[in-house]
Amino acid sequence: MPGLGTSFGRGGATTFVQDLQNADCILIEGSNFAECHPVAFRFVMKAKERGATVIHVDPRFTRTSAVADLYAPIRSGSDIVFLGALVNWVLTNERYFRDYVVAYTNASSLVREDFADTEDLDGIFSGWQAGETQAYDTATWAFELEEVPRFDGNGTVKVVKRDPTLQHPRCVLNVLRRHFARYTPEMVERVCGTSRDTFERICTLLADNSGRERTTAFAYAVGWTQHTVGVQYIRTAAILQMLLGNIGRPGGGIMALRGHADIQGATDIATLYDLLPGYLPMPSVHRDEQTLAAYLKANTKATGWWSNTPKYMVSLLKAFYGEAARAENDFAYEYLPQLTGDHSTLPTQVAMRDGLVRGFFVIGQNPMGSGMNNELGRAALAKLEWMVNVDSYETDTAAFWKAEGVDPSTVGTECFFIPTAALLEKNGTMTNTNRMLQWHDKALEPAGESKSDLWLIYDLGKRLRALYADSDDPKDRALLDLTWDYEHDDARERRRGEPSALKVLQEINGYRVEPGKHQDACEQVGGFTELAADGTTASGGWIYSGVCPDKTTNKARNRKADDWTSLGWGYSWPSNRRILYNRASADPAGKPWSERKKYVWWDAQTQTWTGVDVPDFPLGKAPDAAAKPGADGLDAHSGADPFIMQLDGRAQIFVAAGLKDGPLPTHYEPVESVVPNVLYAQQHNPTLREWRRRDNPLNGAVNPDFPYVLTTYRLTEHSGIMTRYVPWLAELQPALFVEIDPELAVAKNIRNGEWMTVRTAIGEIEGRALVSGRMRPLRLGRGQRVHQVGVPYNFGASGLIPGDSVGDLVPLVMEPNVSIQESKTMTCDVRPGRRAARTGSAINAAVPPADRAFEGQPTTRGLERKE
Amino acid sequence: MATKRTFDLGALLGRARDGLRLDERVGPLPNLASQRTERLVARTERGRPVVSLCGYCAVGCSTLAYVDGDGKLLDVEGNPDSPVSAGRLCPKGSAIFGLTVNERRWTRAKYRAPFATEWEEKPLDWVLTRIAERVKETREQTFVRTTPEGKRVNHTLGIASLGGATFGIEENYLLGKLMHGLGVVSIENQARI
Repeated sequence: MPGLGTSFGRGGATTFVQDLQNADCILIEGSNFAECHPVAFRFVMKAKERGATVIHVDPRFTRTSAVADLYAPIRSGSDIVFLGALVNWVLTNERYFRDYVVAYTNASSLVREDFADTEDLDGIFSGWQAGETQAYDTATWAFELEEVPRFDGNGTVKVVKRDPTLQHPRCVLNVLRRHFARYTPEMVERVCGTSRDTFERICTLLADNSGRERTTAFAYAVGWTQHTVGVQYIRTAAILQMLLGNIGRPGGGIMALRGHADIQGATDIATLYDLLPGYLPMPSVHRDEQTLAAYLKANTKATGWWSNTPKYMVSLLKAFYGEAARAENDFAYEYLPQLTGDHSTLPTQVAMRDGLVRGFFVIGQNPMGSGMNNELGRAALAKLEWMVNVDSYETDTAAFWKAEGVDPSTVGTECFFIPTAALLEKNGTMTNTNRMLQWHDKALEPAGESKSDLWLIYDLGKRLRALYADSDDPKDRALLDLTWDYEHDDARERRRGEPSALKVLQEINGYRVEPGKHQDACEQVGGFTELAADGTTASGGWIYSGVCPDKTTNKARNRKADDWTSLGWGYSWPSNRRILYNRASADPAGKPWSERKKYVWWDAQTQTWTGVDVPDFPLGKAPDAAAKPGADGLDAHSGADPFIMQLDGRAQIFVAAGLKDGPLPTHYEPVESVVPNVLYAQQHNPTLREWRRRDNPLNGAVNPDFPYVLTTYRLTEHSGIMTRYVPWLAELQPALFVEIDPELAVAKNIRNGEWMTVRTAIGEIEGRALVSGRMRPLRLGRGQRVHQVGVPYNFGASGLIPGDSVGDLVPLVMEPNVSIQESKTMTCDVRPGRRAARTGSAINAAVPPADRAFEGQPTTRGLERKE
Repeated sequence: MATKRTFDLGALLGRARDGLRLDERVGPLPNLASQRTERLVARTERGRPVVSLCGYCAVGCSTLAYVDGDGKLLDVEGNPDSPVSAGRLCPKGSAIFGLTVNERRWTRAKYRAPFATEWEEKPLDWVLTRIAERVKETREQTFVRTTPEGKRVNHTLGIASLGGATFGIEENYLLGKLMHGLGVVSIENQARI
C-alpha cells in the first residue's frame, strides 16, 4: 500500500474494475488476472472487444497470456528493470504527457544538492548508515526550498522550489532521467530475459495509448508485492503512469487486485500492527509519541488532507473510549498501547519460536498452509501455552500438533477450536479490491454451534470485562472503558448474543457526541468533513465516514446499478468516489483533456466541479484558485493540484518521505537469485530484514546447489482451506503439481505426471510434475540460460486433497516498508521422485542463543559485482 | 427413469415446420423436451433469494443465496444486478454451497489438552470461559507498563492475533478495538503477506 500511498496519497487501487473496459491499452504484470480474478477479467475482455490492446508480462504463460495481444516472458524478480526501462524509454523518446506531468506531478520540484543517487553510489542512496543500523537517514531525500511571501503578507514561508521548464539538472524529471539511464532495452534482455523486440513493442503501445485522447491501465496483484522490493515495483509502475498521464482518468489508473474478500477492508479498518483504522499510525516509542500532542505533531501535516489528523484521531479515541475520553485526559490517548518494534507476522513467528509469545488467536487464517518457513512455524506453535483457532474447518494450523512426523505427546500447547459462521450465515460489510464497501444480508442460521466472528469477539470482550470488573489497576481502564454495547435490535438475535453489525458500522461512520446519551441515540455524522478535534464527534474509521449518514441509511447496502459508474451500488471510500484523484481527468483549466476521456470537470456556470463521479476535490474550488503559501490544509494547494492528500497536491515521482528503501525505485536482485546484480555492486535491497539462524537457512545469491528460479502462484479453483474441503473444487483441481519446462524435465529426468521433489535450504516438497511449454527457459542476453519452476500455493495437509504447502520452502525475509515476505521469487533444485519423510524434529530442537546470530550460511549482502 | 424413445423423423420434421425455432434443434433435428423435462422447475424457484457476497477473492461478486421456507440453503448463484459481476461467478464462487453445507465442516467447539493426541468436544461456554481465563492470565504475566528507559508502552507482547482478511469490516474493527484494549499489539492479517 505505501507504493500507491506515497505516490498518490491513498493506499488503494486508483480506479474500479468496471472502468478497465474504457482503457485503450491494459498492461497486466504481477498478476494472472484471468485465472485469479476471472469475473473482473471480463472488463479486460470488454476493453479488448472495443479495440484495446492487452499486454501480459509474466514468468509463466497463463490463460491471461493466452488472450493477451502480446505476451512478454520475464525472469521472476526483475520487474524494476523492465518498468524502469519503460520509464527511460518514455523519457528518452520524449513520449511523456508533458502538460500533465508539469501540472500534476512533482517533476519540476528541485531535489536538494546533497542528494546522491544509486548511480553515484553503486546501488545505494545518500544517507546509508552501515554497521548496526543498516538503514537510511533520509534527510537528503528532500526538496530544495525557497522563501516566498506568506499569502496574508505576514512575513515569509518556505516552499518547494520548482522549475516548470524542466531544465534544471536537479529537477525531479532530470534526476529520474539519470537514475534510469542504464535501464535500456539491452539491459532488459540481459536481466529480464525479455527480447528487445517485444520490449520495444510494449514501449510503443503504452506511449501510443496514452495522452489527451487515450489512456492505459495497469493491473497487478501479489506477483508484484511479495518481493523484498515489492513496494518499489508498484512505485515504478506509478511513476510510469504519472509520466503517461494516466492517473485520475477513465480507462487509466493502477488496479491493485487483492486476493481476499476483505483484504482492503482489513487494511482500511486495520488489523495490522502498525495501523489504527483510517491509516492513522499506531503510537510508537520510536517516534516518542508519549502524549497526544506529540502524536498529533508527528502525524499532522501542515498542508494537504492530513492536516485533519487531529479530528480523525480524537474522534477515534471518542469511538473507542466514549465518555472516558475527555479533553482533560487527552481523550484517553494513554490507553493505547505503544509499539516498540516490528510486531508484524514474520517477526511474531520468530518471537513465538523463541518463546516470547504465549497465547495466539488465529481467526480465519491458516499460516501453516499459506505461511512461510512452516518448519519454524510449527516449532513456534509448539512453544505456545495456548492457541485459539476460529474457523469452519480443521486447518493445517489447528492440526499442527499432529502434522507429519510430530508426536502429539510432546506438544504442550493447549488448543481451542471455535466453529465460525459461514458468510451466508451472517450480515456485515466487506470492502472489495477497488475500495467499495458492500453489505451482505444474512441468509441462514449458523450451522450447529457456529458463531459469527463478531459474536465471538463481542462475547470474549464481555467475558474479559467481567473478569476485570473489580480491578482498580489503571492498566485495566483501557479495557473497562471501551464502549462495548452493540446489542441487536432484533429480539431473537439479541437472545442469542449476536451483536448488531450495523451498529458497529454506524460507530465506524461516526456520530455527534451528546453527553450522557448512548451512541444509539446520537445523531450520525454525514461524512468525515463533519468530524472535529474537540471531542464533540466520535468515529471509528474516518475514511468510511459517510457510509451510514443517518440511523436508517446504510449506503453499503445500496443496490442500484447502472451501466457506468454505478454510484448507487455499494459505497466506495472516500465519499463514494470510484476513480481517485479524478480532478486530473480535466486539464489545469478544468476542461476534460478530451471529449473521449471526459469524466470530472469544472462547470463555470454553477461554479462547481461536476461529472459522472463524485469529484475528488473541494467542490467549489475554482481551477484558477491560487495556492496560498503558508495557509493550512488544502488552501496551500492551487485549484489545479489534484492529489489532495499530498503536501504539495501533486503525484510524487520522487518520494521524499515515507519509504525506507529509496525515493526512487532501484533494481536489486531477490535475496535468493541465480544471477548477480549486473547494475550495481549492491546485490539486494540493503534495507531488507532477514533472520540469520539455523532454523531459517537461505539459499543465498548465485548458489550452485540451487540453480533454478522458483516462483509461486494460485489456482482458479482453490484458495486454501476454504476450497480443499469443497468436493466440487477438490474434484476440479485434485493435486499439487510442479510446473517445469520440457528442457529442464529432460535434463533432470523428470516425467510429466510423475512425482518430483523441489528443494530449498528450508525444506522439500513433492508434487506431480507438470511438464509444460507454459514455462519457458529464458536466455539472459547472450549469457546464462535460466529455468523457472512454478508451484501453486494452495495446498496443505488438511482437506479432501492433501498436498504439500509451498510454505515449507519459503524462507523468512522481509521487505522493509511493509514487512512482506519474498515468496514470489526464490531459488531451488528439483529431482524426480518423492521427498523424504518429515521427522518433526524441529519442534523439540532447542534454539541455543548462539544460533540467533548464526553466521554459517552464505552471505548475500554486498556481493561483489561479476561482470 | 429412463424410457426408450423412438423417433418418427417425418412427424418431427412436420412439427418443426409448424413453428419450432432454430434454437430448439440439436443439429438438423428438433430438440424436443420430454413431459418430465417440461414439468421441471429450477430448485431456486422454491426459495427466496438473499443478497450476499462471495467470500473468496476481493473482486466482490454479489451472490443470491436461495433459501427455502425451512431456512435450508437450496443453491447459491451469481446476482445479475451487480455492476461488478452481473450474475457471473468463478469456480470458487459457484461452489459456495459446498463451502457452507458440508459434512466435514466443524460446527462444535473442540478442545485439545496439552500433550493430548486427539481433539475432544466441549461445550462452547466452557471453551470461551477457559479462553478468557487464559487471556487474563497471560496478560497479567506479560503486561509491560514502561520500558527500562521509562517510556510508557502499556502493551503485551505475550499475546498475538492473526486474521482479518476473510472476515468483515465490523469484525476487524471490533477485534482491533478489543485487542488494543487488552494492550495486544501484534495484530495482523493476510493483508500483510
